Amino acid sequence: MGIYLPIAEISVNIFVLLAMGAAVGFLSGMFGVGGGFLITPLLIFYNIPPAIAVATGANQVIASSFSGALSHVKRGTLDFKLGGVLLAGGIVGSTGGIFVFGFLRRLGQLDLFISLLYVVLLGTVGGLMLVESVNALRATRSGAAPVLKKSGQHNWIHRLPLKMRFRASKLFVSVIPVLGLGAGIGFLSSIMGVGGGFIMVPALIYLLKVPTNVVIGTSLFQIIFTSAYTTLVHATTNQTVDVMLAFLLMAGGVAGAQYGAKAGQRLRGEQLRALLALLVLAVAIRLAIDLFVTPPNLYSLSGVDLT
Amino acid sequence: MAGLRAFLAVASLSLFAASSPGRAQTPPTENIQIGLSTDHVSITAGFSGADLTIFGSLENANPLVARQGRYDVIVVLEGPARPVVVRRKDRVLGVWINLESETFENVPVSYSVATTRPLQDVTDPNSYKQLSLGAANIYMQPADDGDSPATIQEFTAALRDRKSATGLYSENVGGVRFLSQNLFRATVRLAPNVPVGTHKARAFLFKGGLFIKESSAQLEIRKSGFEQSIFRVAHDYSFLYGFFAVLLAMLTGWLGRLIFRKD
Repeated sequence: MGIYLPIAEISVNIFVLLAMGAAVGFLSGMFGVGGGFLITPLLIFYNIPPAIAVATGANQVIASSFSGALSHVKRGTLDFKLGGVLLAGGIVGSTGGIFVFGFLRRLGQLDLFISLLYVVLLGTVGGLMLVESVNALRATRSGAAPVLKKSGQHNWIHRLPLKMRFRASKLFVSVIPVLGLGAGIGFLSSIMGVGGGFIMVPALIYLLKVPTNVVIGTSLFQIIFTSAYTTLVHATTNQTVDVMLAFLLMAGGVAGAQYGAKAGQRLRGEQLRALLALLVLAVAIRLAIDLFVTPPNLYSLSGVDLT
Repeated sequence: MAGLRAFLAVASLSLFAASSPGRAQTPPTENIQIGLSTDHVSITAGFSGADLTIFGSLENANPLVARQGRYDVIVVLEGPARPVVVRRKDRVLGVWINLESETFENVPVSYSVATTRPLQDVTDPNSYKQLSLGAANIYMQPADDGDSPATIQEFTAALRDRKSATGLYSENVGGVRFLSQNLFRATVRLAPNVPVGTHKARAFLFKGGLFIKESSAQLEIRKSGFEQSIFRVAHDYSFLYGFFAVLLAMLTGWLGRLIFRKD
């Protein structure tokens, strides 16, 4: 069944979008990620203009992270103070990102920049995760006890000034890296249409040494607001948010996520991480191929923004 | 076809039979008329392209010429003109990057042609050029006159090629049919991505390869229904629209958890 998307201005198949949302929702529930990094490239493969795919991806991320954050609030595994500071940085980063987004769009280099960012980030994160999880899988198979990181260990980040106490995370750390991390994620969110969970979670664990149980909830909390802000600004400055498209993806997504979460409980942590790493790498490779393969049409048309 | 509710009908039927005998020696010049029964066409959710029928008539048609089939009609439906940037990808370090670009002012977003016979059989290329008729002859004004003619030509050709590939520029040979000596019906194609705005329907009459007369009418293509409201709100009240999009996402997330909760 076809449906006309009012902002993207093309006709698409409603079931393809619902299925896409459900599949990504399933994966995001299974792996505990927002799924923005999958939705946006999938939309681009489905011929949705990248600018609209990014802005709508950010909108879709709100739904899945809101749904996820609710259960963390209930379990008390959400550090509101840490989330708040991350968010403050996020707003700054996101504003910068929107500015860069508009600038690149006028230059005609937006599509390239989005693809490059995806390839580099997904490639790096996917590669690192794969190495780490394969090592962990080998270690468990050979029967060796996993090496536990000592929580008391400090790195250079913990020597920075302007320290702040985060009670729920049992953390006493400088606000500079927290704000910086928030800003970086905010920037990526507005340019790539991702929540940034796949970067935020490892950064909170390994850089800031936040206890693992509060990491996901806190990350989701910050993602809700960063992507809400991103959606709002994209809607106001670029008019690229397609609610119809976003809603179809969300509807499929929230349903898929709950089933995915259940399926995820049956797999072991390192198996899950290895699978996620392969998935992330596959998306990166697919996007990279498009960059290098001779396009069927060397010429492209675009309207001129009169603003 | 869904949603296209335009019935374009005969506006004027020629009534030349009753002409006085005194004027019979100098045959009156032919005239062409097209008429639209509606001034707008609405596109709804399921729109996947359509054929638009325009009726028209010849006035003072010479029955002999008509019988010999020497009258030709070309009908054009031209979309609103907008500036367009054409970009060319080039390989840099193995990666395809948009490098060169050319901006054109006032390029018709869509251009559908219907003709009685193939364009090259109706009249000669020069006449087309003079009339700026046909996708190949629309004059595209580059924003930067300083570029070399070769570059401009290359990008103009690419622009036409892309427009044809997306169905926005189309040609329907045989799309104009004479129903009687002086009544004709033209079928022009509306692409699925036909732009909204004021379109201009023009009909050109040729007699034995000579241009005789032109007639035009305006047609408004709009989006209708729910999609149009969304589009308008997104542009006119963009902040509220964004706010709504965020709220909708949160509501969906919350409802999704209530309905599908598994923990």
